[in-house]
Amino acid sequence: MSKLSPVLSAHWDEADSFTIDGYRRNGGYNAAKTALDMDADAVIQLVKDSGLRGRGGAGFPTGMKWGFIPQNDGKDHYLVVNADESEPGTCKDMPLLMANPHSLIEGIIIASYAIRANYAFIYLRGEVVHVYRRVQQAIQDAYAAGLLGKNINGKGFDLELVLHAGAGAYICGEETALLDSLEGFRGQPRLRPPFPAIAGLYARPTVVNNVESIASVPAIIANGVEWFQAMGTEKSKGFTLYSLSGHVKNPGQFEAPLGITLRELLEMAGGMRDGHELKFWTPGGSSTPMFTQEHLDVPLDYEGVGAAGSMLGTKALQIFDETTCVVRAVLRWTEFYKHESCGKCTPCREGTWWLVQALKELEAGRGTSADLDKLLDIVDNIAGRSFCALADGAASPIVSSMKHFRAEYQRHLDLGSCPFDPIASTLFAGVHS
Amino acid sequence: MSYSSENIATMDSIIARYPRKRSAIMPLLHFVQAIEGFVTSEGIELIAKKLELETAEVTAVSTFYTQYKSEPVGEYHVGVCINTLCAVMGGDEIYKSVSDHLGIGNDEVTKDGKVSLERIECNAACDYAPVVMVNWEFFDNQTPQSVKDLVDGARNGNPPAPTRGPKSLRTWKENSAVLAGISDGLAGEGVSAGEPSKLGLKLSKEGK
Amino acid sequence: MTTDVAVEMITVVIDGFEVTVPKGTLIIRAAEKLGIQIPRFCDHPLLAPAGACRQCLVDVEINGRAFPKPQASCTIPVEPNMIVKTQLTSPVAEKAQKGIMELLLINHPLDCPVCDKGGECPLQNQAMSTGRSESRFTGVKRTFEKPINISSQVLLDRERCVLCARCTRFSEQIAGDPFITLNERGALQQVGIYEKDPFNSYFSGNTVQICPVGALTGASYRFRARPFDLVSTPTACEHCASGCALRTDVRRGKTLRRLAGDDASVNEEWNCDKGRWAFKYLSSKERVASPLVRGDDGELREASWPEAIARVASGLTGKRVGVLVGGRATVEDAYGYSKFARVTLGTNDIDFRSRPHTDEEAAFLASTAVNLKITYSDIDKADHVVLLNFEPEDESPIVFLRVYKQVRKRSLAVTTVAPFATRGSEKLNANVVSTFDQVTNLTEKSVVLVGERSAEVPGLLSAIAAHTTAKIAWIPRRSGERGALAAGALGNVLPGGRPVSDAEARIDIQSAWGVDSLPTEPGLSTSEILSSLNSEGGLDAVVVGGVDPADISAEALGQLLNTFVVSLEISHSAVTAIADVVLPVAAVTEKAGSFLDWEGRERSFEQAIEGALITSRSDVRILSMIADEMAKPISLPSVTSAKKELLSLGKWDGKSAAKPAQPKSAPVSVSGNEAILTSWRQLIDLGSLQAGEENLAGTARKAVAVISAKRAQSIGVANGDLVKISNERGSISIEAHVANISDEKVWLPRNSEGSQTIVTFGAAEGCLVTVVKA
Repeated sequence: MSKLSPVLSAHWDEADSFTIDGYRRNGGYNAAKTALDMDADAVIQLVKDSGLRGRGGAGFPTGMKWGFIPQNDGKDHYLVVNADESEPGTCKDMPLLMANPHSLIEGIIIASYAIRANYAFIYLRGEVVHVYRRVQQAIQDAYAAGLLGKNINGKGFDLELVLHAGAGAYICGEETALLDSLEGFRGQPRLRPPFPAIAGLYARPTVVNNVESIASVPAIIANGVEWFQAMGTEKSKGFTLYSLSGHVKNPGQFEAPLGITLRELLEMAGGMRDGHELKFWTPGGSSTPMFTQEHLDVPLDYEGVGAAGSMLGTKALQIFDETTCVVRAVLRWTEFYKHESCGKCTPCREGTWWLVQALKELEAGRGTSADLDKLLDIVDNIAGRSFCALADGAASPIVSSMKHFRAEYQRHLDLGSCPFDPIASTLFAGVHS
Repeated sequence: MSYSSENIATMDSIIARYPRKRSAIMPLLHFVQAIEGFVTSEGIELIAKKLELETAEVTAVSTFYTQYKSEPVGEYHVGVCINTLCAVMGGDEIYKSVSDHLGIGNDEVTKDGKVSLERIECNAACDYAPVVMVNWEFFDNQTPQSVKDLVDGARNGNPPAPTRGPKSLRTWKENSAVLAGISDGLAGEGVSAGEPSKLGLKLSKEGK
Repeated sequence: MTTDVAVEMITVVIDGFEVTVPKGTLIIRAAEKLGIQIPRFCDHPLLAPAGACRQCLVDVEINGRAFPKPQASCTIPVEPNMIVKTQLTSPVAEKAQKGIMELLLINHPLDCPVCDKGGECPLQNQAMSTGRSESRFTGVKRTFEKPINISSQVLLDRERCVLCARCTRFSEQIAGDPFITLNERGALQQVGIYEKDPFNSYFSGNTVQICPVGALTGASYRFRARPFDLVSTPTACEHCASGCALRTDVRRGKTLRRLAGDDASVNEEWNCDKGRWAFKYLSSKERVASPLVRGDDGELREASWPEAIARVASGLTGKRVGVLVGGRATVEDAYGYSKFARVTLGTNDIDFRSRPHTDEEAAFLASTAVNLKITYSDIDKADHVVLLNFEPEDESPIVFLRVYKQVRKRSLAVTTVAPFATRGSEKLNANVVSTFDQVTNLTEKSVVLVGERSAEVPGLLSAIAAHTTAKIAWIPRRSGERGALAAGALGNVLPGGRPVSDAEARIDIQSAWGVDSLPTEPGLSTSEILSSLNSEGGLDAVVVGGVDPADISAEALGQLLNTFVVSLEISHSAVTAIADVVLPVAAVTEKAGSFLDWEGRERSFEQAIEGALITSRSDVRILSMIADEMAKPISLPSVTSAKKELLSLGKWDGKSAAKPAQPKSAPVSVSGNEAILTSWRQLIDLGSLQAGEENLAGTARKAVAVISAKRAQSIGVANGDLVKISNERGSISIEAHVANISDEKVWLPRNSEGSQTIVTFGAAEGCLVTVVKA
């Protein structure tokens, strides 16, 4: 039996999987009908019971998040879907929305009903026009089918859904920055408390969920809690999308129960590219401390990855083989964090600026062992000192690479240059002259 | 450049999507780029007036997001992903070769105004690395040669189609309009998913 | 500040010491109570917490559970069972703070020796307390073009900026003027303006003051002094009746800058740009340096004090004399004029109103305004604030800030009785109505802020005097008027609010002053004094203290021409040019004294400059010298003696003066291109105390004529086109601004560059003009 469990991706091989007809042909929107027949609190309870946890990185229990919304407070409530997928390595929500946008819309209907929201937003990163088209069309079709708008399914439930394009800012994946951005401000994180569940969008109770989390809800409603709980591990229930990229023979999306290992996934991806071996990998994007060959059998669930010293994150498995210079890789990620730092707080703004300069020196082989210690001390003054988690993410690749590959940093310094040939690590190595 | 009454009506309809009008600032900035190609002072002043904001407040927002351009970009804006994974897989070589080929650097435009170049960060298509985005459409599994061909085609008015996207590549302004929420009716074009996206599904069907 | 409701108190332990503070107090401020200074940049007690600079990190534990990371003490309120360890007791907090300081300095230029902030710089100071002695940063510093002008009076040096966002938060949260914002992002984030719209906020100077580094500097003070060379004196602002506490910084006898002082119940920690940056007049070349006497040749020549005083005494003796008191006299000086008029000159012909005024207003002032006790805290508690012919941003800016604070905080309802919605009233979300009759929803918790221009609407002050529901406050534009009223520098009221017409009240004062009698008839008003000067059997001399005739009427200056004029002035003016004797008086920095702000609250100040102009002295002392010379002494040889004596008189507790009872006048009807003129003074304008302040003047709001869309259409003009506004006396050509104003009205600035309504039209309000395309 396959170790995989395609649910969200079950029909991506159908030419019209992204259309409302294609979605309905495969049972789409039945779960929304079921949910709207239920008591809203019962929907929240069902999602709580399922054990579904946030798929955006933090793994917070989805049903519990919904339960935080104060009910009967006479205020507008909002659901905001975080589709700002920008964490380096992360590439699951965009193919999901391109191939199956209706699963998200159905999930939005159910979640909005549950939290008594009559207005929902999808905050989609702006750099993916075709995904925007697909989601926009799906929303239009859902309105036309009476699945959005006034009196959905004749159940007296109203829901407006707005698609909102971002414009290039990783920080807007942070939920409070996303809310500020959606309100028309610079996307800089807000002070918490108040938390979004109490004062989120327009200072009203708001749930912010990742695309995959919400898109997973219809299947749970349709198939039941037991079906969902049968997948995954004790505290990490259900299925999820694992994204393999990099130096594997066949990169791609693998939807599997939580707890699968990289060894198993690598096998399905055809292994490392010919003649090469695994050097380091990220379990869930660049902000999660990197792993090495030692970690091939770590169960890829929230607890397993945590226990091994990293985070499940977005399950973005970026695989690098021995041709890759880890210092170069880390420098490039650090440049990313510098580029994406919102500028609000000192350690992130100034720290990432300094780290890039420091790493450039090291990559070029300039410096001494004392500079490696200084690098770690600078990181110590940044991680855990900043306003939001972006700077913690920036620290991860540096700290974890220094843990696993300090000798490689030192080799740069000993040689006075980078010992790696960048061409060797390209996809077209040997092909391109 | 002046905004037609039709443009103004479109802006009003964008504002009407939101419970509070300030929320419309981002789609309106995309819309300004759809009309003028970049964020002009006329655009900033118009948005400020429409949303009852100070011009400084609009500037604060427009300069925060990298997709809003304060200078004109090309009709075809080429973004080469140079984040770690794409860079390692060949993005660095692609960037260097296309930059040399066009004779322009980061955030620069060819003299004919056809092509501009940007070093972009991760675009959520890592299983298709190295990735190049043109007007924010996916060009997957690129090589230095394929991108040279791409920009040559673009300069000759005959750009190739995106890997996962509409049948033909739309211009920067046209795609900016899409991001402002103005439908171009092309959602139905293109594949549901590329091969890597379907790999797990395929293996599962094979029982693997 | 006290509040009506009992506040829950919370006890926390900081560095081993217990401290009990009101619930909601932030850790950083609870620590201050213990004398523990946690370093900080973005924190400001009057701004919403930002948590941006991260300099104030401390270790926090609640109920035995420690936060895993150090927390920003400027964002976390104290809680029961909280234990805080600052840099003094936590090595983690200490290293965190040192780490942040190092990061703040990596991109900070080492230009302290040429930086205005050097010597009073929180970054410099905290770098000493919390920084490393040597930098570990060996890379390339971020550079920006330096400095850039973000307005004619504020410069921005982005290299020095630590991005604490105090300035941008102030501009948005306190002033409601988000003309400066954080732009770009990450390491390139920077404060900026929209390129075409400079930082022309009336309150921009506060950002210079609260900038914790030298990033924002004032054009007028830049490179002028080192803070340790300055002598600072607490002072009060002379410009308007808001009552700001100030700090005046002087070097070698010259005022170099003025800062907002702290007064939580009045101006909090803010002031307006006029109060901050309009003080060059104090050291102007136009200052009158010695007494001047007009010779037989008709020219003024320098004279000794004894000669000048003797000349005044002889000129006034035996004459019928009127007294005009400027609107910025101190209480003590105004009291001097008041007593001088009654005792020495034997007249009630005294008036402090050097502006359009009426008898109805005089009755309102004597019966009502003199007794008002409404304060800023009533605004804080109000359920509804009405602005009655009062534009607070222009006419009393700190009142604007206080109302705006409540609008932001709790959506305080504001109604403005005004011809159109100004920028200020838009910021206050004010409901605009055209007459007081249209104001609804007044309760005993409502506050009606009556502007001095209410006198220009016949019948209005009578209605206000008769109003019994809401709280009434009278807000004159100038700093001296409330005090002059209290001192009796008005024809119908004696010191302490005693009605002239009340025999008991007169006896009170008579006995206090030790005189046999006081004049019994209410005196002439300013305009009556002026017109009487030229009429048969009228007045034949006048004492003028700090009055610009152009503020009163177009004729006023001419009316002073053929009479004996004594001018008490700080600088040469239209009045000194025609005066028979000019007596130089001390400016506010050169004397002690006090103002009463609009609340009636005393704003006293000490002498900030000693010996700058040795010949100058306070008005009251000069008046006392004249009185002595005229053998009708007032015995007020000093400011202190005047203050003491006025205080000893106490307030009148007898029957109030009669309230005004003037009916409303019938509305004026207009036809064709006629319009009814309405105007007020903008904050930054041609006011004489702003003379020479070019940087300040550069931020003035542009003078425009506000007309309705219908009128614009009927005369064929669009926004920005020139219109010509005229009456039989003169005309003004000015840009039109189309707004939601009554079709019958046209608004002009009263005293701005290109628009001076009183001198041009002979009136400021209510007169008919014609408006045509220019």
